[in-house]
Amino acid sequence: MLLIPCPWCGPREEGEFAPGGEGHIRRPEPQAASDQDWAEYLYYRTNPKGLHFERWVHAAGCRRWFNVARDTVTHEIRAVYKMSENRPEGL
Amino acid sequence: MARYSIFSLARHALRHHEDWPRAWRDPQPKPAYDVVIVGGGGHGLATAYYLAKNHGISNVAVLEKGWLGGGNTGRNTTIVRSNYLLPANARFYEHSLKLWEGLSRELNYNVMFSQRGVLNLAHSDAQMDAYARRGNAMRLNGIDAVLLDRDGVRDMVPQLDFSAAARFPIRGGLLQPRGGTARHDAVAWGFARAADARGVDIIQNCEVTGILREGDRVTGVETTRGTIRAGKIGLAVAGHTGHVAAMAGLRLPIESHLLQAAVSEPLKPLLDTVVTSGAAHVYVSQSDKGELVFGGDLDFYNSYAQRGNLPAIASFTTALIALFPGFGRLRLMRHWGGVMDMTMDGSPIIGKTPLRNFYIDGGWCYGGFKATPGSGWVFAHTIANDAPHPLNEAFSLERFASGHVIDERGAGPVPGAH
Ligand SMILES: Cc1cc2nc3c(=O)[nH]c(=O)nc-3n(C[C@H](O)[C@H](O)[C@H](O)COP(=O)(O)OP(=O)(O)OC[C@H]3O[C@@H](n4cnc5c(N)ncnc54)[C@H](O)[C@@H]3O)c2cc1C
Ligand SMILES: [Zn+2]
Repeated sequence: MLLIPCPWCGPREEGEFAPGGEGHIRRPEPQAASDQDWAEYLYYRTNPKGLHFERWVHAAGCRRWFNVARDTVTHEIRAVYKMSENRPEGL
Repeated sequence: MARYSIFSLARHALRHHEDWPRAWRDPQPKPAYDVVIVGGGGHGLATAYYLAKNHGISNVAVLEKGWLGGGNTGRNTTIVRSNYLLPANARFYEHSLKLWEGLSRELNYNVMFSQRGVLNLAHSDAQMDAYARRGNAMRLNGIDAVLLDRDGVRDMVPQLDFSAAARFPIRGGLLQPRGGTARHDAVAWGFARAADARGVDIIQNCEVTGILREGDRVTGVETTRGTIRAGKIGLAVAGHTGHVAAMAGLRLPIESHLLQAAVSEPLKPLLDTVVTSGAAHVYVSQSDKGELVFGGDLDFYNSYAQRGNLPAIASFTTALIALFPGFGRLRLMRHWGGVMDMTMDGSPIIGKTPLRNFYIDGGWCYGGFKATPGSGWVFAHTIANDAPHPLNEAFSLERFASGHVIDERGAGPVPGAH
């Protein structure tokens, strides 16, 4: 069971949240993107064994989206930050 | 290979089963092989077996970081079926099901394949319509399918809640009579023994830690037991597909997720088919030991942790009890988790990669156990011929760029949705 610290509501249990997959994926420039670029955007993922930067939504709470830096092996949450922020350094 | 039979069993019984020969060798890795298969689960072992048997390539090593079948092979709930809607899936899984039907004989190893049927419950008219469509598609593809009404389901599984107050009212169901279950680790052991007998080296406790490249070509692997050169490399590491492919510099349309399952205390025979409910997000069968084996959805966030977590267990157990109120009195005996390689369209990737001599068999999502013989069969063909078999042509990596995704449920690019 994860205890996820929502940036707005504080620590709440996993069941209140829904995961939204890898974060920081940039939509390519439509005119310039090749088929492979679109495939990378839509389907390809980093999928690391270790530190993962991902999105969550507090679905049964404030309903806001935010970013989480979490380890995919230990499930430890290393950082929580807002959608508009960049990946935290030095994790 | 000493063949197993009723006579060998009787002979060894007289000797108190004390001198059975080992089922496969425990060789040291050689410096080089024609083909190195990474991953000693069912898929890797089946691939090695069919490389030797169908293609005469036996200078092959299977490298397994732990023990054979310690991954998803030994963690899955063993449902075998071919009840697919889309032609590519239907053809491939039906080929696999046909191989299952002869597998114990083929391997001279009892994989306990039991065609007890797989029944998908329908709880609404819309679901009945969808099942009628799927059943018709299956029959057009030469696959057995029977659409059952409410009474038909009640005859088969009277333990379900048919009361007026049922949380999930039973409207009917789609049955594949030839579907069923098999003994998971026997599949790994049977393929291992048969591949070993044809000269394949099965090397356990040997983790691949790096992939050697020269330009756009792979040439070997770094392992915890030294460097091994390879003419060709086939990846069959299931949940670790993304992790190992990254060692060769490849990114894939795959996310690794946690899938859990559980068993109850053992009971006398009670449930003689496999029952699934997509609406309730749960499925259940009874093992030959008597335990109810059940599971449900992913935990839905990326994970390489092969361990349990209460929310998912609570969710599928609650659903199970809603369908079968009587099961509420049972005790949970064990639960566990496995790492699932979820693709973005819910279908596997079996084929070539942008790197020469490097092949991938992965992206098995919820259901790669049933594919074990079929996937080994087509993956061996792909490696031997450097080209896919017609049965796995559609499962190429390129489909994600060309737009030919195989999205059985029409759910879109969300791995957890399939
Ligand atoms: C709870 C659960 C229930 C499931 N239920 C079903 C079901 O009912 N029906 C069905 O069809 N499917 C089911 N599946 C899916 C199925 O188990 C998998 O899709 C299938 O087993 C994957 O192929 P495999 O057997 O080769 O994988 P595995 O047995 O996982 O084999 C991969 C092997 O690769 C090894 N490996 C990984 N990295 C390395 C490395 N770097 N070096 C060397 N070796 C490495 C691993 O140790 C592992 O042994 C279920 C899975 C789970 C977890
Ligand atoms: Zn919140």
